[in-house]
Amino acid sequence: MYTEKVMDHFEHPRNVGEIENASGSGTVGNAKCGDIMKMDIKVENGVITDAKFKTFGCCAAVATSSMATEMIIGKTIEEALALTNKQVMDELGGLPPVKVHCSVLAEESIRAALEDYKKNHA
Amino acid sequence: MNHKMIYLDNAATTAVRPEVLEAMLPWFTEHYGNPSSIHTAGREAKVAVETARKQVAAAIGAQPQEIYFTGCGSESDNWAIRGLADVAKGKHIITSAVEHHAVLHPCEYLEKKGYEVTYLPVDEFGRVSPQAVKDAIREDTILITIMTANNEIGTIEPIAEIGAIAKAAGVPFHTDAVQAIGAIPVDVKAMNVDMLSMSAHKFNGPKGVGALYIRKGLRISPFMLGGAQEHNKRAGTENLASIVGMGKAIELAVSQMEEHKKVLVRLRDKLIAGVTNTIPDVRLNGHPTDRLPNNFNMCFRFIEGESLLMRLDLAGIEGSSGSACTSGSLDPSHVLLAIGLPHEIAHGSLRLTLGHDTTEADIDYVLEKLPGIVQVLRDMSPLYYLEKEKENA
Repeated sequence: MYTEKVMDHFEHPRNVGEIENASGSGTVGNAKCGDIMKMDIKVENGVITDAKFKTFGCCAAVATSSMATEMIIGKTIEEALALTNKQVMDELGGLPPVKVHCSVLAEESIRAALEDYKKNHA
Repeated sequence: MNHKMIYLDNAATTAVRPEVLEAMLPWFTEHYGNPSSIHTAGREAKVAVETARKQVAAAIGAQPQEIYFTGCGSESDNWAIRGLADVAKGKHIITSAVEHHAVLHPCEYLEKKGYEVTYLPVDEFGRVSPQAVKDAIREDTILITIMTANNEIGTIEPIAEIGAIAKAAGVPFHTDAVQAIGAIPVDVKAMNVDMLSMSAHKFNGPKGVGALYIRKGLRISPFMLGGAQEHNKRAGTENLASIVGMGKAIELAVSQMEEHKKVLVRLRDKLIAGVTNTIPDVRLNGHPTDRLPNNFNMCFRFIEGESLLMRLDLAGIEGSSGSACTSGSLDPSHVLLAIGLPHEIAHGSLRLTLGHDTTEADIDYVLEKLPGIVQVLRDMSPLYYLEKEKENA
């Protein structure tokens, strides 16, 4: 049911962890639904230089968080804000239809971290 | 893959035993007659079906004419409930919150048709109170349906006590015994049940065949119209080879039950103790002793069940979970919620169900792999991190 790429990111998630003194940090989802994602980002000169995540959730949630961190590192804030869950899913080779909602969290956690960054640096 | 897969999902389905397969094979190619035919091939097939009926009846203390072959356990449950509701005078049904969906969904369907259904709560171990059943009985109660043993958490229900209450009140009593056959003693007389559902593939028989016991004298409407099979109640040419397989499988399962039970209970308890002793923040779901001999069901806090299953699968261990992500809905298992677990803990459940071929080495392997897998998932869980922060504060 999962693509090889999803399984690869699930088995070997990239960028798991936290960033000390992160420029921005966001937590989305709720334990009731079985998905929580925490995203930390480091921003230097308007560019995301590092991103780390922690996820409580299913295989799809872990794989999309992992892929999303890879996709935003090196991007400007504007570029990262434009990232959609569909792009993350496409990069993973797709997700089963019942798992699409899990991928929304990755996009939301990035937005939450960026909003936190903007608030901290207003 | 450099190791064999360890199959610990025997509550989902079991392997067909070689003896069962062997008994089935001639009925596909050599003796393929239609049991309804008059000729020799038909008569041979008829004898085979009736032999299987006797085997199934003997396994549960019933008469052969009280056994009706069906397509699966879910069909048996559907038929028992809807078939009785069709002919009964009254509009009230009593069931429990922890039943299989094959019981709950027909009940919900009947609610839409104007019936009233009482869903009895269970205690923290998943047990239905016989007193609560008694108190719920009304003038217009037409059926009580409570499972013999729970498919998720393995809890064994006080069926004989509930049966005695139902009998005294004159209310027909159905039990879904799909998980119980071959695992614990099942006797329709001792349990005072009027209908009982079974499924062959849960006790090393083939998929696609089940049976419903209907006590002689109890009237329910036919499930399928269009033929005289199964006393005019379940039309359709018999699933000959599978029915033969079900008869053989139930005979083997029941005759070897005590022997298997000893081994299973020991391995199950070793698994529960091993996990409890090596992994913090876990809880056993279901009753510690009144549970199916092969059932392990535990929650691992701060992690989600599907991730746990997938990592176990990568390590060669096949189990199941009651998390939302494995049920295809947003809610975790209704059984885990009914025993009082909060959502976030229910999402982290793991069910491992042993088979009669499970070995000590299999259990040792699980105990070797599981702690590391749980820790990897906890290390990436924000819940775990928040909890540890709280503890350190």
